[in-house]
Amino acid sequence: MHVDEATVRRIARLARIKITDEEAKGLEAELSGILDWVEQLKQVDTDAVEPMTRVVGQDLKQRADVVTDGEKAAEIVANAPMADDNFFVVPKVVE
Amino acid sequence: MTDLTKLTLVEARDGLAKKSFSARDLTSAHIAAIERANASINAFVLETPDRALAAADAADRNIAKGTARPLEGLPLGIKDLFCTEGVRTTACSRILDDFKPTYESTVTRNLWDAGAVMLGKLNNDEFAMGSSNETSAFGPVVNPWRRRGSDAKLVPGGSSGGSSAAVAAGLCLAATATDTGGSIRQPAALTGTVGIKPTYGRCSRWGIVAFASSLDQAGPITKTVEDAALMLSVMASHDPKDTTSVDQPVPDYAALMRQGVKGLRVGVPKEYRVDGMSKEIDTLWQTGIDWLKAAGATIKEITLPHTKYALPAYYIVAPAEASSNLARYDGVRYGLRVPGKDLIDTYENTRAAGFGKEVKRRVLIGTYVLSAGYYDAYYLKAQKVRTLIKRDFDRAWNDVDVVLTPTTPSPAFAFGEKSGDPLAMYLEDIFTVTVNMAGLPGISVPAGLSAEGTPLGLQLIGKPFDEGTLFRAAKAIEDAAGRFTPADAWWLT
Amino acid sequence: MHDKVAAPSNGNLIPGATGDWEVVIGMEVHAQVNSRAKLFSGAATAFGAEPNAHVSLVDAAMPGMLPVINEECVAQAVRTGLGLKAQINLKSIFDRKNYFYPDLPQGYQISQYKQPIVGEGEIEIEVDGTAKTVGIERLHLEQDAGKSIHDQHPEYSYVDLNRSGVALMEIVSKPDLRSAKEAQAYVTKLRTILRYLGTCDGDMEKGNLRADVNVSVRKPGAPLGTRCEIKNVNSIRFIGQAVDVEARRQIDIIEDGGKIDQETRLFDPGKGETRSMRSKEEAHDYRYFPDPDLLPLEFTEDYVAHLRHDLPELPDEKKARFMAEYGLASYDASVLVAERERADYFQAVAKGRDGKTAANWVINELLGRLNKEGHDIADSPVSADQVGGIVDLIANGTISGKLAKDLFEIVWSEGGDPAEIVETRGMKQVTDTGAIETAVDAVIAANPDKVEQVKAKPSMIGWFVGQVMKASGGKANPQAVNEILKAKLGLE
Repeated sequence: MHVDEATVRRIARLARIKITDEEAKGLEAELSGILDWVEQLKQVDTDAVEPMTRVVGQDLKQRADVVTDGEKAAEIVANAPMADDNFFVVPKVVE
Repeated sequence: MTDLTKLTLVEARDGLAKKSFSARDLTSAHIAAIERANASINAFVLETPDRALAAADAADRNIAKGTARPLEGLPLGIKDLFCTEGVRTTACSRILDDFKPTYESTVTRNLWDAGAVMLGKLNNDEFAMGSSNETSAFGPVVNPWRRRGSDAKLVPGGSSGGSSAAVAAGLCLAATATDTGGSIRQPAALTGTVGIKPTYGRCSRWGIVAFASSLDQAGPITKTVEDAALMLSVMASHDPKDTTSVDQPVPDYAALMRQGVKGLRVGVPKEYRVDGMSKEIDTLWQTGIDWLKAAGATIKEITLPHTKYALPAYYIVAPAEASSNLARYDGVRYGLRVPGKDLIDTYENTRAAGFGKEVKRRVLIGTYVLSAGYYDAYYLKAQKVRTLIKRDFDRAWNDVDVVLTPTTPSPAFAFGEKSGDPLAMYLEDIFTVTVNMAGLPGISVPAGLSAEGTPLGLQLIGKPFDEGTLFRAAKAIEDAAGRFTPADAWWLT
Repeated sequence: MHDKVAAPSNGNLIPGATGDWEVVIGMEVHAQVNSRAKLFSGAATAFGAEPNAHVSLVDAAMPGMLPVINEECVAQAVRTGLGLKAQINLKSIFDRKNYFYPDLPQGYQISQYKQPIVGEGEIEIEVDGTAKTVGIERLHLEQDAGKSIHDQHPEYSYVDLNRSGVALMEIVSKPDLRSAKEAQAYVTKLRTILRYLGTCDGDMEKGNLRADVNVSVRKPGAPLGTRCEIKNVNSIRFIGQAVDVEARRQIDIIEDGGKIDQETRLFDPGKGETRSMRSKEEAHDYRYFPDPDLLPLEFTEDYVAHLRHDLPELPDEKKARFMAEYGLASYDASVLVAERERADYFQAVAKGRDGKTAANWVINELLGRLNKEGHDIADSPVSADQVGGIVDLIANGTISGKLAKDLFEIVWSEGGDPAEIVETRGMKQVTDTGAIETAVDAVIAANPDKVEQVKAKPSMIGWFVGQVMKASGGKANPQAVNEILKAKLGLE
């Protein structure tokens, strides 16, 4: 499966990773190569097969509705590049 | 005094109990070895000698009181994918910068609760993506093993290259590692160490930087099979904070290991004999078969028809899950932030500067295969192929109790040898990914040396939660093959 | 540009330059689940905390964190599904919806895409006396996002993750609604059901219930038009306005020869218009896939049966029962069941008394007064017992209807037991016919001209009744006054 440069740029935008023109060209070749290689999965007949949505053979364990966490705002923002008064601070979103 | 860094984990434990030496002696010896070696090997990305010595002293007090816990005073290295409270954790990526978790991963918590000592954080491929430890933001790791007559730098495997190199070089008694497509077993095979990836769900994933959620598992890299049994018995636990961790008791692995292999049915899958496989790997495989037969096992050829599809399916599922798991690295709440003209620009700059090439490649692949119009053809298809791979094994378990294969298609390669083409590197995982895709346990045990004198490993694959059988069979191979350590400890000069 | 929205004249149709238009509306309501802790973390859901105080490591998406589902949120979703007469799916899957935003720390929202916990159902609504069944498409559980505050600083936004991870139920209707009133009735009814069940507070001002309104227009009988989504409308009133304004906007564009772009819009109540949300312009590719950290959610029929067994009586059932048991009119019954607290209050008043009288008092006197003073029935200064007491006093003839209103006023402002108040203040009505006759005689004697007029115009008896009541200080029994007057005036 060939992906063109425009697609590479669109995917990079979706993934929020800035890429240079040079990188875009390189990625075009690399990603196309990888996607070509995975095409071989088409050879497998999976018509009557369920996808593996469960690796462990047990039920989803649930938690009781009790407050057991929180009340540690300082810890939550401790590693933030920018914080103020326990808020996370980020550049404005252009609305 | 014996060189304490040459002891196995079990020998060290017994030595402490016999008071042949102190925990402080043991830890100091390793700290000294790291100081001498790390510049050459680059296994450790962060050393924590003060904390280690304090823990060793506490261990000595416990041993004196007679309250020694299973790993009391034993110095370990911790892969930098495990969040360690108050100690920088980076996943060997620039994007985590100076992140200091305010919490401890469940697996490492289990180790500290058992009295173990942390020597420091170990190098790995960035975000666990790689098979050679060449993608780390802290630089590559050098395999303590060298080809006969050559001082070319060889890779220690990946992603847990720091773990495997540190154990092989005697810089720690054992190490934690993680395995998503082979990242414990392949580095173990390339460094002559033992590495086990337990069944998916055996160890808790809480507090381990996530790469591919349905494939990741923690496990130990050690010098011997018995050491691996001891480490796993402490690392494994049910964790209510991880609902994919199983609520099943942890068996006595060391006891199970001693049961021998009489009557054990060993499967040899014909599909693992791939085109272009080197003769020496094939020979090693046959040698392993002979050893197990001699120890009382029976051998049967089996078929696992969908084997060859595991690798391409893996390179859809793992990047897809990774692309989503790595979305949180956006410079908002922790780690690196590279400012931009607005929010989107900041995200894009941060992630461009913070992620290395391989991580970017996989995030983009993952984003692509999940994107509109491609989900069915790629991700859904790959998840269906997974079911078929698991079914192949389910069928095999009717006839055999364990499966024997080589661990890797080749021994340790030189720096740069496979980094030109991503696919060449991905093929390193050809024998190991099936195990993660099926959620099964797998162990690599050193079995021989290549023509160039570098280690080769054999892999055993087991039924879900049957790590005991893996330890039994691996012990039989280890008994026959012996232990492998590099002849010349060049890294200590 | 039209600045006044014409009311549909032909049923629900909206007149345009090229003929009548039909507006088609579907609603996606986000209801915050009533639970103590969040959907996948143990942090509190309570409103109004200090920034990031109700945030766990999981909510902050720290490296290595994993979700663990809250069993009460699951139960609340199933209860809601039962209240919507919907199909409960014994197996459902959580999916990740991937996009980047600072109030979405994981870079994905855990939601349900292809296999939601609840399937198709329905709600009955009533608009201007006409009943209608509105289809429910599905209900699923998902995480709420945090909050970004944009007005604290010129260059930066401030992010608070307290709300991040709170459980939401997204309830999607079928596009069965055909007018602003229907849309309002739908949300009102849905809100009532949720409050009855106790699965959501429905406080739209606090943002516990938010509506996304999908609007499209077409000529009757034509295929569906392109729809626009008006996001986060947070009051019933605005829902009605937004529908009317958006329908008119679309009609105008089409009649001017243009076509509708499918887009997301915001309703601006100040300007009375909807406008495009620029930040959501970029078509989102959410890359949904099943969340690998969560196994499928499965439960048994038994589990559902237990929840069904413990459900409270729902508004439709209660209304039907009130009409049957108490002989109430449909409208009155609807008013009483609109809030569970009201229905409970009414039942307390009606116990052992005449239902219609009780209903009249609760609706016209109590609710009317509460409304005027902006109180909820929960903070009513008059209890059900007290209202019941007043109703008893009327029933046994101790006081007249008019006096009862005065009595109510006293109880409202001063409190106290109605029977005691009547005693101590001498408010008993006069039934002694002798006294009434005397009063009647006096009025007749004083107004000979009116006596003549009433013979020709019997309806003027009302004036006489008023005079007698005034003379007796309002205490005379009006029925007795009427009878005695009729007899003495020679009217029958």
